[in-house]
Amino acid sequence: MNLTRRSALAIGAGAIVVTMLPLGARADLSDDAQALVDEFAGGAELSEGGVTLTAPEIAENGNTVPISVDAPGAESILVLALGNPVPGVAEFKFGPLAGAQKASTRIRLMETQDLLVLAKMDDGSVKTARAEVKVTIGGCGG
Amino acid sequence: MISRREFMQASLATSALMTGSGLGNWSRAMAQQALTQDQLLQFDDFGNLTLIHVTDTHAHLRPIYFREPDTNIGVGEAAGRVPHIVGEEFQRMFGIAPGSPEAYALTYPDFVDLAKAYGRMGGFDRIATVVKSIRSARPDSLLLDGGDTWQGSYTSYQTRGEDMVRAMNLLGVDAMTSHWEFTYGTDRVHELIGMMDQPFLGANIFDVEWDEPAFEPYEIFERGGMQIAVIGQAFPYLPIANPRWMFPEYSFGIREERMRSVVNEVREKGVDLVVVLSHNGFDVDHKMAGRVEGIDVILSGHTHDAIPEPVLVGETIIIASGSHGKFVSRVDLDVRDGRMMGFRHKLIPIFSDVIEPDAEMNELIEEVRAPHKEVLEEVVGQTEDLLYRRGNFNGSWDDVICDALLAERDAEIALSPGVRWGASVLPGDITMEDIHSVTSMTYGQAYRTEMSGEMLKTVMEDVADNIFNPDPYYQQGGDMVRVGGLGYTIDIHAPMGSRISDLTLLRDGSAIEPGRDYVIAGWASVNEGTEGPQIWDVVADHIRNHGTVGAHDASPITVKQ
Repeated sequence: MNLTRRSALAIGAGAIVVTMLPLGARADLSDDAQALVDEFAGGAELSEGGVTLTAPEIAENGNTVPISVDAPGAESILVLALGNPVPGVAEFKFGPLAGAQKASTRIRLMETQDLLVLAKMDDGSVKTARAEVKVTIGGCGG
Repeated sequence: MISRREFMQASLATSALMTGSGLGNWSRAMAQQALTQDQLLQFDDFGNLTLIHVTDTHAHLRPIYFREPDTNIGVGEAAGRVPHIVGEEFQRMFGIAPGSPEAYALTYPDFVDLAKAYGRMGGFDRIATVVKSIRSARPDSLLLDGGDTWQGSYTSYQTRGEDMVRAMNLLGVDAMTSHWEFTYGTDRVHELIGMMDQPFLGANIFDVEWDEPAFEPYEIFERGGMQIAVIGQAFPYLPIANPRWMFPEYSFGIREERMRSVVNEVREKGVDLVVVLSHNGFDVDHKMAGRVEGIDVILSGHTHDAIPEPVLVGETIIIASGSHGKFVSRVDLDVRDGRMMGFRHKLIPIFSDVIEPDAEMNELIEEVRAPHKEVLEEVVGQTEDLLYRRGNFNGSWDDVICDALLAERDAEIALSPGVRWGASVLPGDITMEDIHSVTSMTYGQAYRTEMSGEMLKTVMEDVADNIFNPDPYYQQGGDMVRVGGLGYTIDIHAPMGSRISDLTLLRDGSAIEPGRDYVIAGWASVNEGTEGPQIWDVVADHIRNHGTVGAHDASPITVKQ
């Protein structure tokens, strides 16, 4: 069966149980990634926006991909690489005296995949952002 | 794509919003069999500022033939809009008569016959004449070069880009951005910047170690009492599409957030106009124009599209000026109260037989070529058919190059990069200069290696996604890797990893086996330490051995869309 993204979405929309799941809990999350999301969120509802994830669309070098996260008012930010064997990448915690709730680092990506970040805000809500980073062979552009 | 009617309806400003596409003028002129320089340059001055744009000349100092693509598939939102319109459909869209000079300049049908009638296009001495003429009419002008200037010819390779820096200085370019420039390596880039009379701009070029801006992001020019910001945007995927080891200090990327902050920075300085001099490629520029506020004009390069009218996205106009010196864009702007109130545009075709060469530039070109004349003019063999490259899949030039790799490197399969540069050759003599036009680069070694069938498919899927990903921000702007000895089917709109099927070894008609190793010859590897003879020597040897080459009868590539 040739399941395209479009038909996958159509199937998902028809299944009420899928749409009831919180954001971030999409079918493509591995058990490991889902466990990390559940643990971090602690039952809080997830919503998009409020956290900015900056990452290259295509990685220049999959072994060291610069990313940054920014979530004003966050107590902590969790970064997951959904396609890595071990999806947990980093958790940044910000104390009350932190001047800004943002962080930059470099991460290793095994293959083309989505990054998912979750930010726990001081009111207990959890914000998310997601971006695809391609890891490519390259060599024929121009 | 914006139609003339939409132009008039657009609510860009309250004052006159005018389209000045000069197409009608040269059409009528040709009907009278008398195309003149005055007609090509005819332009009713408009507003108070003129932008002049050249891009992707690929070091072609002399006039060339360049056949525009017959296949340029648009995906996602870009499907069915310029620049993904070719041939007769393009002619209909812009009201171009078949067989007219603009049909020759902008589309592929009847190319050989029209080329014989209308002659070569481009040439820096002709461009200089056009630039001087515009400047004398419009002292308040800016001449901007979109990059891919230093690479693409025998003389630029021999002088390591210096001939082009001299030509651009003489032309009086005000700023440039970059792509292939970096393939001379970091040290040479900085040496050449030292020789340049103009800034080398790239807001999206960062230092790898510190992730900080590494080049001047913009320059603010004063013209006619106005402040004009020109922001440079280098090719975003240089370290992926070209050898990263040649410029390991730098990181690129689209960096939309960075563009947003630079636009805001110059706006806060109170500039009257924001111009982005871009090497993003057209579809990337189109997306960026819709997502970054505050850009008035994007001068678009990289994807080699020649579009006769500006494309309007919100309040931003995008200008695409072709490649290889075939065209110069003139954009007159009415700028008042810190806003662009209107524009008039003409994509000026550089018909080399019509436009008088500028003596000073001609002298420089002759000086550059003199020491290399013997090599440049050597007739290596003949072609029975038109040799061209541009298009999403193998052109006839690519087939000759792949045949050369198969024969001279004794391989089962040949791979050749899907670059968009390289001039066309009419039936007749092939010179060494022609061969360099389609092969010249600083990493031209023709390698020979073994690759499993599985790896081959992975490579092709990867390249296909770099071209046909529905999101322009994931596209690298080249064409599909060229193949020899190999047939395949490609389903353009399938997801990554399932576009390529029916891979066939043409030698015996067998299906490519994932587990078997195949002998592959190719060139332009991005890997450091690649060994082999230079591709131009491989191609020249092959042509010499055969005396005459030509196009293949049928393509072993099936395209589903």
